[in-house]
Amino acid sequence: MRRTEPVTDWETDFEVLDAGYVEDPFGIWDELRASCPVATTERRGRAWLPTRYADVTAIAHDTTTFSSSDVAVVTIEQDEDEDILPYGLPPITSDPPLHTWTRRLLLPWFSHRRVESYETLTREICGSLIKEFFDAGRADAAIDYAQQIPVRVISHILAVPDEMSDAFTGWVRDSLEFADDPERRRRGNYGIGEFLWSKVQERKEHPGDDLISDLLQSRHDGEPLEDSIILGMAMLTLIAGVDTTWSAIGASLWHLATHDDDRDRLVADPSLMATAVEEFLRAYSPVTMARLVTTDTEVAGCPMRAGDKVLMSFPAANRDPAVFDRASEVVLDRAANRHVAFGSGIHRCAGSNLARMELRVAIEEWLRRIPSFHLEPESSVTWAGGQVRGPRSIPVVLR
Amino acid sequence: MRLRIDPERCQGHARCFALAPDLFDIDDYGQSSVHSDGVVPADREDAARLAIANCPEFAIEALED
Repeated sequence: MRRTEPVTDWETDFEVLDAGYVEDPFGIWDELRASCPVATTERRGRAWLPTRYADVTAIAHDTTTFSSSDVAVVTIEQDEDEDILPYGLPPITSDPPLHTWTRRLLLPWFSHRRVESYETLTREICGSLIKEFFDAGRADAAIDYAQQIPVRVISHILAVPDEMSDAFTGWVRDSLEFADDPERRRRGNYGIGEFLWSKVQERKEHPGDDLISDLLQSRHDGEPLEDSIILGMAMLTLIAGVDTTWSAIGASLWHLATHDDDRDRLVADPSLMATAVEEFLRAYSPVTMARLVTTDTEVAGCPMRAGDKVLMSFPAANRDPAVFDRASEVVLDRAANRHVAFGSGIHRCAGSNLARMELRVAIEEWLRRIPSFHLEPESSVTWAGGQVRGPRSIPVVLR
Repeated sequence: MRLRIDPERCQGHARCFALAPDLFDIDDYGQSSVHSDGVVPADREDAARLAIANCPEFAIEALED
């Protein structure tokens, strides 16, 4: 665990990498919402942390004042990617108009129809992972299971071998989870960038029916896409599709390992799965995205200056008691649930259908074979946070 | 009950389709629309209300007859 300067005042000096916040941010959000709903900090530049649903969604919809040109929660001083990625990772780091047309090229790859065609593969992946540890009677639900699923599905979409999974996982963690370590971040981004750049060049000669080949054949205003745009979109697909969904799967399994009543209820009544999946997404939303303030403005009385960062805590918004009854409880059959785990407005997660399918299938396949399990006594669950919050180790006994 | 979707508000979360696939259609870009003419069978009104209460963009509305 990295060390950060201790926080004595969350209202004026918040630190999203603080170990206590990473492990249990919920009480801090509740206190902030009641006393100072938009917190601020000067650590790594000036940043703001809105915690109310109304503020987070209003900012997400105002894409003129709040740009996506820098979505990193952990602000990096130097921008070593500028040369190879002049357009960033479209559409997530883009504002309209670049955002609009690049997103339109990406969306069909994650449409409901397309995602259905990945479901059988996802089920097979889950089944074969469980087979590996089932007989041992114990497993790490994060490392042996959750972490392994989305990366393999994304590898399929990018048509790269399964054997790259561990390398991808390592690079994505370097890029996101260890973003405050310039060395690791650079290693992660270069690893992903160089690998996918070679695939872009390879697919020019040998096109297939994968995402990169499709982008190479796509046209915008009658012109082929620049290689750097294709690279950025492929990198985004990998970076955004791996530890986000793995974190959601892990957090859901952690909940079921620690709440026997919910686990038994879900096993007994699989018709709860549709609302339960949304409830896990609400209660344990993994992703926080940043926005860059483009012009001086004010939110809830807080004076934001051009150049400030806003950390869009969708996870905090989803725990807002002004919007959700019993906001701090997991209610498997919650009927009213306008959660924004996948964001809000034009940047709604392009891969949300895929993430939702993977989360549902991962829980279904686990519970079908392992209807009863609990945390390994005397061992500790570890959490990662920052851009993406989720458990990194969940030792469990399968009983 | 008849449902209506505001296409300007819909951002393709697909929550309505996930919860009530018989009441909504969805295109390859995520845009939802009401199935057939939006008329909800009497025995599916609860599902329709569930879909409305789960739309993060407040894009679905019910026109009660």
